[in-house]
Amino acid sequence: MNARTLNFLGMGLVGVIGVAFLILTPRFAELDAVLELTIYMIMAILALSLALIWGYGGILCFGQSAFFGLGAYTYAIAMFNIGESTVPLLLAIALPAAFAALLGYFVFYGRISDVYLGVITLTVTLILFNSVNSTAGPEFHIGVARLGGFNGIPGIPPLNYPGNRTAVIDLEGMFYLSTAALLAIYFGLRLLLASRFGRIIVGIRENERRAELLGYDPRAYKLAIFTIGGALAGFAGCLFANWGNFVSPTIFGLAQSAQIIIWVIVGGRGTLIGPIVGCIGIQWLTTALGANQPSGSDWWTRLLANAPLVLGIILVAFVLLVPKGLVPTLGDFGQWLLRARTRRTTSALEPKQAEER
Amino acid sequence: MDLIALLAIQVLYAIASLALISVGLAIIFGMMRVINLAHGEFLMLGGYAAIVATSHGISIWIAMLVVAPIVVGIIGVIVEMTIIRFLYGRMVDTMLATWGLSLFLVGLTTAIFGNTTVGISAPLGSFQIGAYRTSGYTLFVIGVAVVVLAGIFAVLRWTRLGLIARGTMQNANMAAALGVNPPRVYAVTFGIGAALSGLAGAVLAPVSGVFPTIGVAYVAKSFITVIGGGAAILSGTVSASALFGTINQIATFATTPVFGEVALLATAIVLIRLLPQGITGRFFRRGL
Repeated sequence: MNARTLNFLGMGLVGVIGVAFLILTPRFAELDAVLELTIYMIMAILALSLALIWGYGGILCFGQSAFFGLGAYTYAIAMFNIGESTVPLLLAIALPAAFAALLGYFVFYGRISDVYLGVITLTVTLILFNSVNSTAGPEFHIGVARLGGFNGIPGIPPLNYPGNRTAVIDLEGMFYLSTAALLAIYFGLRLLLASRFGRIIVGIRENERRAELLGYDPRAYKLAIFTIGGALAGFAGCLFANWGNFVSPTIFGLAQSAQIIIWVIVGGRGTLIGPIVGCIGIQWLTTALGANQPSGSDWWTRLLANAPLVLGIILVAFVLLVPKGLVPTLGDFGQWLLRARTRRTTSALEPKQAEER
Repeated sequence: MDLIALLAIQVLYAIASLALISVGLAIIFGMMRVINLAHGEFLMLGGYAAIVATSHGISIWIAMLVVAPIVVGIIGVIVEMTIIRFLYGRMVDTMLATWGLSLFLVGLTTAIFGNTTVGISAPLGSFQIGAYRTSGYTLFVIGVAVVVLAGIFAVLRWTRLGLIARGTMQNANMAAALGVNPPRVYAVTFGIGAALSGLAGAVLAPVSGVFPTIGVAYVAKSFITVIGGGAAILSGTVSASALFGTINQIATFATTPVFGEVALLATAIVLIRLLPQGITGRFFRRGL
């Protein structure tokens, strides 16, 4: 069994599990569980957006939540003004993408190194957070939508079927939409990365100077991948605004950004399925930790219920001990097992050779 | 005229506080190329150290100027030995690990002190400028900033420790060949950087109060000051603080504090675009 067959096998497995999950869950699970799973799917889309630009593009963006929040706010504001969800949905993708393109132009064409990029994206996120947070007064409004400052925007109208504003998508419909979107984005990105464009992106991640000397313009490619990542995050933000019918400035916050990075690093950079697994795992863990917090419990239960503390330990532990992330490490382990087996069966037949590198 | 004097003091204060919160980070970044995202939490810990010490009956001056730097310096050395040491040369990984550390410290202080603001009242009353009154503590903060910066200059310029530090900063391998032990220099530097952060956090605690997530408010500002300043520790910090502090204070004066901060951050982004090597990458190149 070679790497390519394994690759196809893995993709097929994801497809089968994904479709089965999509069809079966609403039939067998309670509505609250479906609601919970919907948010996992939405966040997994957000995780994919960073998996693309960081894991494959090599661009460490500390401000992915900026695009996410921008998408959510755009949808909310456009929805109040328009009332029919097709245009707001498209705007919620286009505006973050345009913002990402602008920021990316600034950063990549200024040839700012990747570490400074992290700091700049972090700063932009803080600017957005601070500005939106301070728009509580009634004088801050766009059209009929009040920005609401730190109170956020409540009661956002849900998505509807295109062209028919009375046919709104219900909770179960949101689950189908989010899960189907996640699957579509996953396979779309697999296709994109298998294409010529994707190969060049990975080539630039591996060695930017060499790619440049071969005649590719890394700035343009990085800008393109960054913009796609921004669009995906904006789409996730739009779904998020739908899910809770509410947005507030905390989605621009550092805590949100940190979470996205933790999902990707736990799941594994350079894979797509890893960040999805990491996202769902961490989300589930955070919910489970936060739920069991009876008052008067002993001090270490309280300590465990403290999400930042636990997430911080996870992040440090993964950077120090499992720097590749779960999925690649498991993959290495599987390959090692496979090789160990083949080596045992074939070692009697083959002549002895120098240590394989 | 009085208004201008008042504004001048406010601008000086903005510059001084920026320089204070950035200088610890600048030392760590300039010497070791380590981006310490837990910097804001070091400041926060300094504030808590001062407040806890004061509530145990220690004089507020000793708590701020002695206890806080020592406590945070020790924490810094521990962090260096348990986390940072294994990640030298892997800039992105250091950034991530220190971010994890920052989350951990926020969680820990929330668990210990609760998610509320605690404060100590600023000593030193207020004084009169013409028709306006302003806090005497403002002048104290400016004074501390000047003393700290002068002290760093003196140490780097005239002592053996400073010589070793500058040598290691320029070329760690060469310094090692001449008998310096770079890991030890790094550990000491990280400790000193952390101690200065603790001092800054404690000195600013009476102004802003202390709460577990206050680090977020500091970290972006100190980062852009350090990166805007560039490689040289002192002249970089001073020049970037001067630029950003002035812009921040004038924008605050003209609009609101929130937009003052937004103006500061926006200027920083433009500056980094224009001078990717920071101010000292182009001007004051021979500075310390």
